[in-house]
Amino acid sequence: MRYDTVIIGAGMSGLSAGVRLAYYEKNVLILERHTTIGGLNSFYRLRKRNYDVGLHAVTNYAEPGTRQGPLSKLLRQLRMKWEDFDLRPQLRSTIAFPDCTLHFTNQFNFFVEQIAAAFPQQIDGFRRLVTCIAEHDALDLDRASVSARQVVSEYIRDPLLVDMIFCPLMFYGSATPRDMDFNQFVIMFKSIFHEGFGRPFDGIRLILKRLVRHFKSLGGHLKLRAGVQEIRQSNGKATSVLLDDGTEIEADNILSSAGAAETMRMVDPNAPLLKAEPGDISFVESISVLDCEPSSLGHSDTIVFYSDTKDFHYERPNVPVDLRSGIVCSPNNFDYSKPLEDGRIRITALANPHYWMNLPEDEYIAAKDHWNSRIIQSALNHLPDFRSHVIDTDVFTPRTIRRFTGHLNGCVYGAPQKFVNGQTSLPNLYLCGTDQGFLGIVGAMLSGITIANRYLLK
Amino acid sequence: MTSDQIRQVILEILERIAPDEDLTDLDDARPFREQMELDSMDFLDIVMELRKMYRIQIPEEDYPNLNTMAGTVGYLLPRLKDVAVGA
Repeated sequence: MRYDTVIIGAGMSGLSAGVRLAYYEKNVLILERHTTIGGLNSFYRLRKRNYDVGLHAVTNYAEPGTRQGPLSKLLRQLRMKWEDFDLRPQLRSTIAFPDCTLHFTNQFNFFVEQIAAAFPQQIDGFRRLVTCIAEHDALDLDRASVSARQVVSEYIRDPLLVDMIFCPLMFYGSATPRDMDFNQFVIMFKSIFHEGFGRPFDGIRLILKRLVRHFKSLGGHLKLRAGVQEIRQSNGKATSVLLDDGTEIEADNILSSAGAAETMRMVDPNAPLLKAEPGDISFVESISVLDCEPSSLGHSDTIVFYSDTKDFHYERPNVPVDLRSGIVCSPNNFDYSKPLEDGRIRITALANPHYWMNLPEDEYIAAKDHWNSRIIQSALNHLPDFRSHVIDTDVFTPRTIRRFTGHLNGCVYGAPQKFVNGQTSLPNLYLCGTDQGFLGIVGAMLSGITIANRYLLK
Repeated sequence: MTSDQIRQVILEILERIAPDEDLTDLDDARPFREQMELDSMDFLDIVMELRKMYRIQIPEEDYPNLNTMAGTVGYLLPRLKDVAVGA
């Protein structure tokens, strides 16, 4: 069988690219190594309960019927409806630093007022930064990288406010430690502060299942448990993929969401043609299932981004888990019409991938337990003690993320270096997804769409 | 197809591409982009929908003809005159 395009990875970006290609009658096959779809944003069932892997919240929230913005653009491109995503808005989120707290909602003005009240000396600079962000075209694929800290420090003098603004943006999308590319910063700033958070009542599985159904109804093919071992080439062009089970599949084009380094190793494991280093920013997440709604304990925030040090340290820690900062997410705290089945508190903290990858299996289980308790303990500065209400627990680590994504270090946001135009050293091999560089769930989907439109619909 | 039939086809394409737009008062003489949120990605979709439906190739240099409804219908009329509706 020969395909117009073979897509590697059935995550948000691969599925979205697949929908575009299938809609325009291309013969397209999506290959996924894992037993289920989703990649970084996947889901699983454990002891009769549903869990989401990556998703805390979908960014880029917009009210149904909105005619502008990334979410509207995405739905139009996929020919899907607002109901297909069923996004419910967040209640309120918080950035908590020592002696300073800022709240934000999906109404951007509320955040501006919070900053004006807490940082009166900085508000004019902040407003000028907002104007600069509004004038920046983040979808321009041919732009050089600029340090976001450099740009932001030209507008805001107080380092505390700078770190408080960077904290949620880095936690939710930076593959680079300590700093971000300004283009990435703009994408994240708009998607989190301007547009905000939403979540489907049924979690990420709802969006994924609708995407797959749509893809298949358009004639697209999907193979699970089909890992690509090698991308074969001839005369400087990719010609086929070799699967783990030995099957060879020919294609005119290959679109990979597996990561830049990961993809180029499929082309040539010994001499990568493209200089690409995998990232090493990863997380451990503690998931507690409660016998009550978190709001009944007094915790009504949707997401809390916290740092217990004034300087926010966003980098791979030298210890197994960096307990100085984290994210508390409660999927219950969105504006649903009825409560979720059970209460959930998810606490996420930076982790050292090498420690978690190298643990022997028996120590791994014990380490998960140990760090779960310590993560919860350290987060209790920012939420009520919920421990007596816990009825089930799960923990995911960089090892879990590697299993779902294939990313070498279990890195969540891919490689520090992005390949924004999607091109590789082979003319008919393209990249989409985290290493192309549009971030978040909506960003990942737009990544697949943009690269498909630009190269694969000719 | 007649001019009216082509106009109807274009309207249906616009409804698919931009379901949140109200097209009842569309002015055929004014550019689409002045009357609705239509970026370059959406615009390319008009071209690709026409290719999918009628196997018609529109070269990039002809895109300016498609800025308005009147221009689009005028451009397509000779090219679709022997094509049946729904072909």
